[in-house]
Amino acid sequence: MRILALDGSGSVAGVSVLTEEAVLAEYTVNYKKTHSQTLLPMLDEVMKMLESDVSCADYIAVTAGPGSFTGLRICASMAKGLGLALNKPLVPVPTTEALAYNLEGSDKIICPIMDARRNQVYTGVYTFEKSGIEGSGELTYEFKTVRGQEAAAIEDVIEKLNIIGRETVFLGDGITANRNRIEELMRVPYSFAPAHRRLQSAAAAGRCALRLIAEGKTCTAEELVPDYLRLSQAERERMERENAKCRP
Amino acid sequence: MKPVYILAIESSCDETAAAVVKNGREVLSSIISSQIDLHTIYGGVVPEIASRKHIEKINPVITEALQQADIRLEEIDAVAVTCGPGLVGSLLVGVSAAKAIAYAVKKPLIGVHHIEGHVSANYISHPELEPPFMSLVVSGGHSHIVVVKDYGEYEIIGRTHDDAAGEAFDKVARAIGLGYPGGPKIDKLAREGNRFAIAFPRAHIEGCPYDYSFSGVKSAVLNYLNQQEMKGEDVNKADVAASFQEAVVDVLATKAAAAANAFGYDKIALAGGVACNTALRAKMEEICSSERIKLYYPEPILCTDNAAMIGAAGYYEYIKGVTHGWDLNAVPNLKLGEKI
Repeated sequence: MRILALDGSGSVAGVSVLTEEAVLAEYTVNYKKTHSQTLLPMLDEVMKMLESDVSCADYIAVTAGPGSFTGLRICASMAKGLGLALNKPLVPVPTTEALAYNLEGSDKIICPIMDARRNQVYTGVYTFEKSGIEGSGELTYEFKTVRGQEAAAIEDVIEKLNIIGRETVFLGDGITANRNRIEELMRVPYSFAPAHRRLQSAAAAGRCALRLIAEGKTCTAEELVPDYLRLSQAERERMERENAKCRP
Repeated sequence: MKPVYILAIESSCDETAAAVVKNGREVLSSIISSQIDLHTIYGGVVPEIASRKHIEKINPVITEALQQADIRLEEIDAVAVTCGPGLVGSLLVGVSAAKAIAYAVKKPLIGVHHIEGHVSANYISHPELEPPFMSLVVSGGHSHIVVVKDYGEYEIIGRTHDDAAGEAFDKVARAIGLGYPGGPKIDKLAREGNRFAIAFPRAHIEGCPYDYSFSGVKSAVLNYLNQQEMKGEDVNKADVAASFQEAVVDVLATKAAAAANAFGYDKIALAGGVACNTALRAKMEEICSSERIKLYYPEPILCTDNAAMIGAAGYYEYIKGVTHGWDLNAVPNLKLGEKI
């Protein structure tokens, strides 16, 4: 099974090709150019390097959200176009789960935090539990969701992590803006993922997609829509106005 | 000669559209999914809502266009897509999907200027029309007088200094309580009114005989409404709509005809959403027939945003050998004639 994984949910543009056994290619660019200029040339380059063709992919995985609305749409539109043209199934990967797979196999509590502005982070809480074959010596890991992805205030996230009470590792671009609050409020040991594991990785998204495929969580190219986790500003403000009207 | 089939995609504002066009002039399919109802409650297009809707609609619209044309992607010669101007979030959905499709089926990609598309809608409605000619492009975002020197070769000789004509329609419509979209609503109400009831100003700009300004007439309407209210007098909305529309189409038509005469063209092609306006068509007919200018305009379905027009424009780029790389980007303020 060959998976093409795409990510454009944050500042990183990522393209990876992988199978269950190996990552055949991973191309990551974290530069000022827009994903619209980088992602397809990167895909083209990867295919040339692999002397392969995009039609060889069995599944097209894409980080479907949350993230930058525009970035999500560039990536999703690209995946939808590829899926339509090649008639391949798509795998929408929740972005915070994809991030957690950067640390696949860690025995700590994994807490991705993505900068969501408006004093919130996009976050989730995940673990990898050992599930090796008895006596074989080879360990595999089972992904567990402690809390599914959501937009939340960092204080609420930290409160929950303190209650869980296990050593935690943070990753994601939300670290920069929230480092001080974390240092101030965390009551359990914690660390920040190193730079090369901190931001989105298409290969990690692909690893996550392997699990989602096994769980049957795929969709058609037509069905894929980004999971923004948020209404648009206009919709939100309109709802606020209507709620204000309803109050006595 | 082997026919050329273009798959065209348009998503620059609030319409998601795809079409298959044969040899630049024959529309095999043209699918348009309009979002207008979604935006009406906000009084105008909300970019983020538009972008979200585009991504839901892009695949069904493309699939339907292919099915209706009874053509497989492998039989398409190139993929053309609007890459600007427009709302960047909206443009990006079409551009990203078009790039991926072209890449996957190994066909050339052609980025098309939205206004070139509008002008090219005339090639579909008028098989005999060929450049050179003068074009008057009027829509919610544009008011241009353009010399079409050749296929894909444009020179803008007149533009608006402030509001686009369609924008002024929207604003006036809002002021008299007609809501969004203003153009068609004013056009309809104006038929019940007297276009000579109120004398609204026509802007002439010193030294720029072919340029427009519509903020003055818009302000004049708003002032008139305020004055009537202060005097406690009723406003005849139909008269306001008709008189405002008359002021706008009068100046649009007069300057376009003057430009055609001055530059020596005997053909004018109307283009853009406002090209549907019945008063503009009537005024253009009137002036053009007295000036012996032949007038062209696309059928209404090709005036509003659609992908068939992008297919027509894309075809002429294709036969000239113009294609774009996989790094093609959406350019929200793309200038006409600017190389992408």
